[in-house]
Amino acid sequence: MMSTVPSELPVTAPIEHRFDPYVDNGGTLLSIAGKDFCVVAADTRLSEGYSIHTRYVPKSVKLSDKTVISMGGCYADCLTLTKRIQQNMEASLVAPMWYRHAHGKTMSTAAIAQMLSIMLYQKRFFPFYSWCILGGLDEEGRGAVYTYDPVGSYEREACRCAGSASSLIQPFLDNQINFKNQASERRELSLDQVLRITKDSFTSATERDIYTGDYLEIFVITSNGVELQKMGLKKD
Amino acid sequence: MTSRLPSQAKGGFNFDNHVRNAAMEGKGAALPKATKTGTTIVGLIYKDGVVLGADTRATAGPIVADKNCEKIHYLAPNMYCCGAGTAADTEMTTSLISSQLELHRLATGRQARIVTAMTLLKQMLFKYQGHIGAALILGGVDISGPQLYTIYPHGSTDKLPYVTMGSGSLNAMSVFESRWTPNMDRESAIELVKDAIEAGIFNDLGSGSNVDVVVLTKDKVDVLRNYARPNERGVKEASYVFRRGTTQVLKTSIRDMVDIKETVESIATSTAMEVDAV
Repeated sequence: MMSTVPSELPVTAPIEHRFDPYVDNGGTLLSIAGKDFCVVAADTRLSEGYSIHTRYVPKSVKLSDKTVISMGGCYADCLTLTKRIQQNMEASLVAPMWYRHAHGKTMSTAAIAQMLSIMLYQKRFFPFYSWCILGGLDEEGRGAVYTYDPVGSYEREACRCAGSASSLIQPFLDNQINFKNQASERRELSLDQVLRITKDSFTSATERDIYTGDYLEIFVITSNGVELQKMGLKKD
Repeated sequence: MTSRLPSQAKGGFNFDNHVRNAAMEGKGAALPKATKTGTTIVGLIYKDGVVLGADTRATAGPIVADKNCEKIHYLAPNMYCCGAGTAADTEMTTSLISSQLELHRLATGRQARIVTAMTLLKQMLFKYQGHIGAALILGGVDISGPQLYTIYPHGSTDKLPYVTMGSGSLNAMSVFESRWTPNMDRESAIELVKDAIEAGIFNDLGSGSNVDVVVLTKDKVDVLRNYARPNERGVKEASYVFRRGTTQVLKTSIRDMVDIKETVESIATSTAMEVDAV
């Protein structure tokens, strides 16, 4: 007798629910550590596809008199991450108590650096789309640069460039800051020299990267505190 | 006996590698990307003729490939054509039609008409079903006056008094829509075209650098290359001259690749020369 159940049921594909919450808002950032100073610089263009959303929106934020954070990638994620860092510097999620209130002092650059790594890894399977560079002075007053990937791998370096023009600028910094492929003696660079190299990096990247341009913000961190310089970049 | 070999192609494109490339792409190999002119191109008709305009940026993804390229192509003495899309396609399509127009002029003994060029372009683009990524603005002056056409990659055409194309077309068109009027004079027509292109240069990331303008009238063509240069590069702050000896010498080896030997032989005076003498 024939079965009333059809021998071959139609195969139904599982219903997939996808959403893509990330956008790349472009932009470039870099940081260079000196003997007793640190420079953090970023352009201010916010773009998506072939459109410019805003010509002036800062990518870098002063966290303390000794530390500046700069971020690129998805601007929405960068905003949220910056806000959380600032919250935790007052009220820490790492230690469930307010840092300043618990310890009676501002977080050091090294402490913020480690906290940021933990905060990024806490979202390992739904990461913040952000390329972070933390610049500042360490406990001994020397320049410090900490760089991150979006899921919290971090490292202290002499200099780093991140964002849309990073592949254009980083080789230049390797050569000019770390003296790679140069037989000459390594020299300690002055703040003035570092600022010149920083500005040239951005004017040159603006020539060839469509996502870099409009304005440049440079944070100079010394023992006297944080000073902000601004300059114009090409707007095409 | 009939040959089993495929017959030799007589002309046009060669699709031999298509199946192989599709298979490679299926296995995840990235195929090379063509240079796109993410572009702003415009054209308008004014009192005495046509003004064409273009920016000069060519891009390869997010990188600027050429900061000062030419996007207004010559077609015939009375015709020019702006190209947007795949750089190679706009270049080759316009030069192919240009030579066909010259042969046509020689065969007919008359100046080629703009409609003729438009028909040749649209028939070629339609034949290739949009695979030739050329978006064109064709402008010129012929026996029936100033003419302006847009030609899309699939072969459709428009005949309008003011047109824009490319990724910056919306930026440029917003300028035209607010300021274009019929029967403009030459000066204000060029100024409007310049402003339309600059709207693309500054607001569209695919467009940039300089403004090229071509003005076509009944008996004169003015090619105004880099009519406006609103994006000069700033002066560098530091010097990047490397000291002699910066590049490390790992080893030195000098070899004589050619061994030159010189020998001098004295040639005895021939007596045969003196046979006729005496």
